[in-house]
Amino acid sequence: MTATTTARVAAPPVRTHGQPSARLRAWATRGPLLPALIFMIAVTQLPFVATLVISFFDWNSLYPKARRFTGFGNYTEVLTDADLRHSVWTTVLLTVTVVLVSLVLGLVLALLLDRRFRGRGIVRTLLIAPFLVVPVAAALLWKHVLYNPEYGLLNGLLHAVGGPQPDWISNTPLLAVEASLVWQWTPFMMLILLAGLQSRDHQQLEAARVDGANDWQIFRHLTLPHLRRYLELGALLGSVYIVQNFDAVFTITSGGLGTANLPYTVYQSFYQAHENGLASAAGVLVVIGSIVIATFALRVVSSLFREEGSR
Amino acid sequence: MSTTAPHVRPRRARGTGLGLAAWALGIVFFLPIAWMALTSFHSEPDAAKNPPALGAALTLDGYREFFGTGGGASPWPALVNSTVASTASTLLVLLLALPAAYALSIRPVKKWTDVLFFFLSTKMLPVVAGLLPIYLFAKNTGTLDNIWLLVVLYTSMNLPIAVWMMQSFLAEVPVAVIEAAQIDGARLPTVLARVVAPIALPGIAATALICFIFSWNELLFARVLTGVVAGTAPVFLTGFITSQGLFLAKVCAASLVVSLPVLAAGFAAQDKLVQGLSLGAVK
Repeated sequence: MTATTTARVAAPPVRTHGQPSARLRAWATRGPLLPALIFMIAVTQLPFVATLVISFFDWNSLYPKARRFTGFGNYTEVLTDADLRHSVWTTVLLTVTVVLVSLVLGLVLALLLDRRFRGRGIVRTLLIAPFLVVPVAAALLWKHVLYNPEYGLLNGLLHAVGGPQPDWISNTPLLAVEASLVWQWTPFMMLILLAGLQSRDHQQLEAARVDGANDWQIFRHLTLPHLRRYLELGALLGSVYIVQNFDAVFTITSGGLGTANLPYTVYQSFYQAHENGLASAAGVLVVIGSIVIATFALRVVSSLFREEGSR
Repeated sequence: MSTTAPHVRPRRARGTGLGLAAWALGIVFFLPIAWMALTSFHSEPDAAKNPPALGAALTLDGYREFFGTGGGASPWPALVNSTVASTASTLLVLLLALPAAYALSIRPVKKWTDVLFFFLSTKMLPVVAGLLPIYLFAKNTGTLDNIWLLVVLYTSMNLPIAVWMMQSFLAEVPVAVIEAAQIDGARLPTVLARVVAPIALPGIAATALICFIFSWNELLFARVLTGVVAGTAPVFLTGFITSQGLFLAKVCAASLVVSLPVLAAGFAAQDKLVQGLSLGAVK
């Protein structure tokens, strides 16, 4: 390694002349990175700064003349408004439920798929499929084809065995949204956990088996500790995506029946109510929530990253 | 002898049982999709039967309805818009991410891990964080309902994922091989084409497919920033949110047609899917 690095450093001076070359070379190294970096800053960071600024203004786009600075006024309004507070709670509930349930289901499926059995490849393919349905299409599928009280598949199956015919979306709206998201996100969790299971040290497992450990002991003391970071990663990445979920809420309930989460509320307050300031303040709150999750997520990614790098 | 025999048999029986359990769960998860596919080939009255009409006659009426030959808006403009937005943004992502990944792996800049994590952190920033300013920007520059605005936004959405994935794929190219080629007198373009590309190409292809999927799926930006001209396929699907009488077969046909490119791309990239979704953290 030392030999190759010195070779890499020593090679260029043959062609270069004098002092400025070092700086030039540093820029030549940096050069390929700059377009992507500048693009990202311009398209993602600048709009957020603008959101931050707008969040301090009382600004309804239907009355542009009445725009004025209110300091933290929008934030107090967001946090004291019953509907908005409810949407904060809905977001938390939706995210936690979907992530936990799909993580547990994903773990069960990953453990089952980690064993050899006839048709394992086919089962894996069947299980990945829900994740590969366009989110709006998946939400439509659940709303009309599965949940419909008159001719949906769920009530059709219940009817066949003489069961009741509930109106799923009206009776349990949030649960209905959650079930459709669990269906889509379980494969994601399964894939990550399966990768974790397959990266276990097989010699260690073999040694434990030879020493007389049973399946439960191996799972409890070897597999689970090894999987811990994969579980964390799945939970955190899942949270980052599901906190932002818009498609399922928009499609299945249109934010009604108490299922409006923060992204939907932000969408609604500027797209329909034209309350730019309020929408921005709610947006900033989503960001703060995401930053809390993201800090942990980044830590897990970086620990896995370092481990892969040192391998 | 007699102690090992009873020990082996329950183990095998349980193995078969667990295999069957895996099959059962796989079928349960796939059932909604299978039902969607079947319903899309039923006539509307058959699709709305309760209990479900499993063996009803098959027809293409749902697809005819969807593609607008039975009246109603044609989905073709939306499908074309989605194809343009997804393909163009994927190409732009590759154009920006490849050099960046090169500068983060093969010839790394100083503090390259910090740069890598900056890219990742932008992915954690929710879409709603910048939605309003982007909307106002589009309104004031007249780019509202313009497909190229979506291309730019989808590129920013996928660039961090692509940089991370490609960094991990390019890092798999052994430094020694690159240096051996350089010592033999090969110039940079030759090294890239002959040494780096063959090793990294499957990874680059998988990255492109995953970026394509995310762009194709996107709804929030498209819903807010496009209208009749530049509306994408998911926006077209939102037209089915409110019930329109008997329309199950049509909804199923629509959902299936719009999902087909994603299903195809996803299965093509199956092996690298985890790596892409976990932003390269899991291999």
